Amino acid sequence: MYKIVAKRELAPTVKLFEISAPLVANKAKAGQFIILRIDEKGERVPFTIADWSREKGTVTIVILEVGKTTRQLGAMKEGDHVLNFVGPLGKPAEIENYGTTVCVGGGVGIACIYPEVRALKAAGNRVVSIIGARSKNLLIFEEEIRKFSDEFYIATDDGSKGHRGFVSDILQTLINTNKHIDRVITVGPPIMMKVIANLTRPYGIRTVASLNPIMVDGTGMCGSCRVIVGGETKFACVDGPEFDAHLVDFDHLIARNRRYVEEEALSLRNYEEATSKCRKL
Amino acid sequence: MPEQDPKQRVKNFDEVPLGYSLDTAIAEAKRCLECKPQKGRKICVDGCPVGIDIPAFVKQIKEGNIEGAIHIIKKKNNLPAICGRVCPYEDQCEKMCVMGVKFEPVAIGRLERFAADYERERGLNVPEKPVSKDGRVAVVGSGPAGLTAAADLARMGYKVTIFEALHEAGGVLMYGIPEFRLPKKIVRAEVDYVRSLGVDIKTDIVIGKTITIDDLLEEFDAVFIGTGAGLPNWMNIPGENLSGVYSANEFLTRINLMRAYNFPEYDTPIRVGKKVATIGGGNVAMDCARTALRMGAEESYILYRRTEKEMPARIEEIEHAKEEGVIFKLLVAPTRYIGDEKGWVRQVECVRMELGEPDASGRRRPIPVKGSEFTMDVDTVIVAIGQSPNPLVPKATPGLQTTEEGTIIVNEEGLTLKEGVFAGGDITSGAATVILAMGAGKKAAAAIDRYIFTKKCG
Repeated sequence: MYKIVAKRELAPTVKLFEISAPLVANKAKAGQFIILRIDEKGERVPFTIADWSREKGTVTIVILEVGKTTRQLGAMKEGDHVLNFVGPLGKPAEIENYGTTVCVGGGVGIACIYPEVRALKAAGNRVVSIIGARSKNLLIFEEEIRKFSDEFYIATDDGSKGHRGFVSDILQTLINTNKHIDRVITVGPPIMMKVIANLTRPYGIRTVASLNPIMVDGTGMCGSCRVIVGGETKFACVDGPEFDAHLVDFDHLIARNRRYVEEEALSLRNYEEATSKCRKL
Repeated sequence: MPEQDPKQRVKNFDEVPLGYSLDTAIAEAKRCLECKPQKGRKICVDGCPVGIDIPAFVKQIKEGNIEGAIHIIKKKNNLPAICGRVCPYEDQCEKMCVMGVKFEPVAIGRLERFAADYERERGLNVPEKPVSKDGRVAVVGSGPAGLTAAADLARMGYKVTIFEALHEAGGVLMYGIPEFRLPKKIVRAEVDYVRSLGVDIKTDIVIGKTITIDDLLEEFDAVFIGTGAGLPNWMNIPGENLSGVYSANEFLTRINLMRAYNFPEYDTPIRVGKKVATIGGGNVAMDCARTALRMGAEESYILYRRTEKEMPARIEEIEHAKEEGVIFKLLVAPTRYIGDEKGWVRQVECVRMELGEPDASGRRRPIPVKGSEFTMDVDTVIVAIGQSPNPLVPKATPGLQTTEEGTIIVNEEGLTLKEGVFAGGDITSGAATVILAMGAGKKAAAAIDRYIFTKKCG
């Protein structure tokens, strides 16, 4: 059992959990993920590590409530426990002094890019961060990322904060104004990462994306998370989750991530019915 | 042995064979001729990878002393209810049985299962705690090899900790073998028995990630790696990454370990269509094809590139699959999968095969017949063409060397090229059987005992 030692609501549907898992905290590195299972009947679901404290023995994850499992997790409180919490999984991000590195985070991916921003800054990079969300109330980790960034930009779809539009618009502007960029790292919805990859490809800017396919075990055993990179099949859980974004078949990833949409909708409907019944009682 | 009716059993996940009654077991045991040992060796025991004293336990059953029988079995085998179900006994102990020359061999496997079930249903006996020995051993992986090595070492008196990556112990016994062939409550009971010997089992720990082998060596006197063959093989043909194409591992893990057959009560989903094709001819392929029927498939096909004679699956499994309505398409190999606009598999293109000269495996090599391509409509495909050793631990462990096939290099005793590190089971042999992995676990346990003794005293 793994105790939730702190919980914070970052936005109405975005929640941060600090979970006690000393062994995981001890080995965690930027770019890695964990798999958790809430209870006996739960699914194994991967979450990218947003932060960790070796001293406190805690690992931080940020979740966006979209389906049954994330809703159920979102309803949990400080002092509650999740049944299983395993990691750190996947390869750590490659962190070196590349020169100028642009970190592009979208939605809940902003939390996942935070450890990379911090590590890249520590490695001596000039870090340019661009974070984006649908609206300003969904922007997270703003201050944390700003603190480690040499330049910092915000984009919101509705223009409620920063640039009205997409993170890719800002990246395009940076490129148009001849800003020298050595590397781009992007974490967010697959469609956003695809747009970023397509944008940087003609300029030959090395671009890395952190992929988020459906997983089961996370140790290379099942192949649920297979992705196509440069025409080859890779397992995101052990070969990734970060890959050369210019070689990733994002359309394939998007199609495979929709495998269980109907089942996910049914699960969520059942959960909502059950919880609303509880509220009425 | 009585079995569930095929028409009924395809609608449930309950166990297929129902087991012997006491009377049937005694009657079966009475068929044993009690052959005299030849040059001090009992021939049926020679066929057993863990060396159970078979004539002795069969004699106890013959005399109605089932507790005596299980006591004899457990001297060598800590997982008898599992072995009594999934061992390929027809190729091992029963193959050696003299009765088999003219008649049916004594059903040694079924008798083992009977004795184990008889004891479990009446409450497991826990052996007395041995004198504790000075030494701690870490076991990586809680499948058949790891459980056996751990149990043997615990019975010798060592302090043993098993590390398991998944959330439940048992390895392939939990995720790989379906409920209808090996009920999970039986695996849990035998895992609990191993715990009762004093073995500590820590789940949710991925060795190589959460803790490394080098970390373990700082705390433990020796390490045994039994991480199995968990890496699914693929044919690398077009369309293999379409939605609806599963590896056998994913398909079985979702269903067995995550209980997707109880979705949405359990949260893990699985999609099984109306027309399911399983690629392969081994026991895992049979498990998948039979599971597909239980998940509601209307047509469940086995596509196999040789003939039934060359199939690696046990005859019993092939027969069970046929009885349940699995359709065998033999001398057929898939060449590509065709998907719809949403990326879901809709058809498989196959080519017919003919058998040529024998290959390295001794079986006649299948050769594609030119121009014989045809397509079949399918909406689910399960690729069950074998597993390779799981590379996670070898990759994360400096000094541990592997072959080209990815198996960890060990000597006869299971010692790797890294000081204090032993390995056994599918991670050293490549994908094999539960009982061979157990045999390797036993051998390594004995070697670890000698190693620690020499280290501490020599």
